[in-house]
Amino acid sequence: MTSPLLALAGYFALLSLFAVGGANAAIPEMHRVAVDVMHWMSDRQFADMFAIAQVSPGPNVIIVTLIGYHVAGFAGAAVATAAMCGPTCALAFVVGRVWDRFKEARWRMAVQGGLVPLSLGLIAASAFVLARAADHTLVAGLLTAATALVAFATRINPLWLFLAGALLGLTGWL
Amino acid sequence: MPVPPPVRPSLSELFRAFVAVSLSGFGGALPWARRMIVDKKKWMTAEEFNEVFALSQFLPGPNVVNFSVVFGQRFGGAPGAAVAFAGLMGPPLVIVSVLAVLYALYGDVAVLTRILAGIAAAAAGLLIAVVAKMAAPLVRKGTHWAPGIALLAFIGVALMQWPLPLVFVVLAPLSIALAWMRP
Repeated sequence: MTSPLLALAGYFALLSLFAVGGANAAIPEMHRVAVDVMHWMSDRQFADMFAIAQVSPGPNVIIVTLIGYHVAGFAGAAVATAAMCGPTCALAFVVGRVWDRFKEARWRMAVQGGLVPLSLGLIAASAFVLARAADHTLVAGLLTAATALVAFATRINPLWLFLAGALLGLTGWL
Repeated sequence: MPVPPPVRPSLSELFRAFVAVSLSGFGGALPWARRMIVDKKKWMTAEEFNEVFALSQFLPGPNVVNFSVVFGQRFGGAPGAAVAFAGLMGPPLVIVSVLAVLYALYGDVAVLTRILAGIAAAAAGLLIAVVAKMAAPLVRKGTHWAPGIALLAFIGVALMQWPLPLVFVVLAPLSIALAWMRP
């Protein structure tokens, strides 16, 4: 049995390097590992943690802190966060220094252009996984659909949509 | 027209700017970073910001975290990158640690469960809107292969539930090759 801290460090360090499109693109993989493979938490707990991460200030990647805490307390929170940020920060630091030299390079355009549709597909998968974890009733599904429409069509602050969701949840209709 | 000399932030200014960005950013901190860096502090022009922004998006890992590192590095080397990162991640880490403790204690309380269920449903909807907004320019651009790659990634990860690294090593080279041949 490997220690949970090692498991957290290994998973998140590996995961971070494939997360093109940011933390949101990595949600399905986090869900697969935390719920289906490692059985660290239930579907609902995962959806809860995503919700908490969304309403907290700061980057969305902070969901890994919540997962880490759930698995192994404060040490888990620290290890998961460091593992998720460390490798990619090092990469960003190195690439950031040399990137301007390749401004006109054809391969750079191809890499940039090629990764956009990939991250789009991954974030779409995240939306799917989260909707499946969060929407167990018809009303919850309708709330998701309505939020998507409003957020797409307007420039409303997302906080209002979270508030509406929280109030609707409070009434017990979901 | 003479261009005013660029303002170079000190380390403590960098730190404070990223603390402010992190505390004001709900549901993604990058729009706030733009407001702070381009509009308020004028540390970068909009074009420079877009350049660094594009790089942060294309690099793996959390975008705004990448952004803090690339931006901090440009203005203050390794110490700059470190303070920008610390400013961005420090306050949310403290806040979320408190929330994690509260969730562990009260996560099963019915009222809280219901509230979180509502927020989670709304959060899923917001992500769908993000996808739609990302897809619009891709469809308008009219490259035939791009929607196909996005669809394959979706099927592999969401429906087949294959591991992300597997899907990535198959689709990323394919997608980059297609972008090379038909940009």
